[in-house]
Amino acid sequence: MPIIRWLPFCVLAALAAQAGADDAPRYFESGAGTDVAAFVTENCVACHTVKPSGNGPRSSASSPVQSGPPLYYAGDKYRQEWLRDWLQAPERIRPAGHYPPAHIQTTPDGDVIDEASLVTHPALDAELAEEVAGFLMTLTPYAERLAEEDYEPGSVSLRMGQMDFRRFKGCVACHEDVQGEGGKSGPELHSAWRRLQPEFIVSFVRSPVQWNQDTMMPALEMNDAAIHKLVDYLKTIAEE
Amino acid sequence: MRILVMIVLLTTVAGSAVAEEGRLLYERYCAQCHGIEGTGKGINAPHMSVFPRDHTDRAEMMGRSDEELFRVIRNGGASINQSVLMPAWQHNLDDDQIHDLVRHMRELCCEE
Repeated sequence: MPIIRWLPFCVLAALAAQAGADDAPRYFESGAGTDVAAFVTENCVACHTVKPSGNGPRSSASSPVQSGPPLYYAGDKYRQEWLRDWLQAPERIRPAGHYPPAHIQTTPDGDVIDEASLVTHPALDAELAEEVAGFLMTLTPYAERLAEEDYEPGSVSLRMGQMDFRRFKGCVACHEDVQGEGGKSGPELHSAWRRLQPEFIVSFVRSPVQWNQDTMMPALEMNDAAIHKLVDYLKTIAEE
Repeated sequence: MRILVMIVLLTTVAGSAVAEEGRLLYERYCAQCHGIEGTGKGINAPHMSVFPRDHTDRAEMMGRSDEELFRVIRNGGASINQSVLMPAWQHNLDDDQIHDLVRHMRELCCEE
């Protein structure tokens, strides 16, 4: 069973080695007989990792810089309907890009984001977006990890949730919980509930490095109840 | 004599590799708040209720030992009764990497 689960990644990895250089953003259209796995391999690997980096030594400062998030566990991470919609009309989720140090300019008043250096994600037409989203959802190497989570969505008052997110846990240092309010280096979180599977959020917050050893997300010492409360807050702000 | 020269050269090369590692780690993990140049003016800083520490402030940094810097990077701001906005990095970085960071911070604050 594990072999079957990893098969798509092996195929992706093998093909990735032959993939071409950086592609300029462009509009993709589906066509008769589009092989979606080959499409992903040929077009996504320039910016996204499609295979795990293994259990080698810890992340090094000189780890290769990716300009997009890893996709090899996309099916464990994203919500399919969000992927489908976003691929047709991609909007920036990370104000400073996936790897902020590559997009920072130093000025006498402090660092600013070099907007011109940010890459725009290509848009796909509806049919292709549907197919690509469907394919990405088959990439689920860590399904067992998610199955172990026992998160039940609950409710938290906006005021209490916000105080927890901003003052007590300090998430706001890097993340926006309201558009335009919060740090710029991490992905915006006011859209997190619509983008991500709840169990993934819980698991990632508990142990970000377990998912991505190069992540810039620190692990906070929190029990599950505290993590669940934060995820409830992400649900609350998404439903505002 | 030749051996001595070799030793000096190797030590210098190893030393600069450590310095480079520290600089790259700083850029990856610290600069988002403390700024690429360490002045406390990273891209997140304008949105924070407590300003990130200015690592180029010699007077302030001389008041902190290497052990304290190591501890706050490893265990977070709360561990020394400072802001929770400074997280604990012990799960992202091993002790050697944290030592490299402390070394880099000493370069920022206190070396010409």
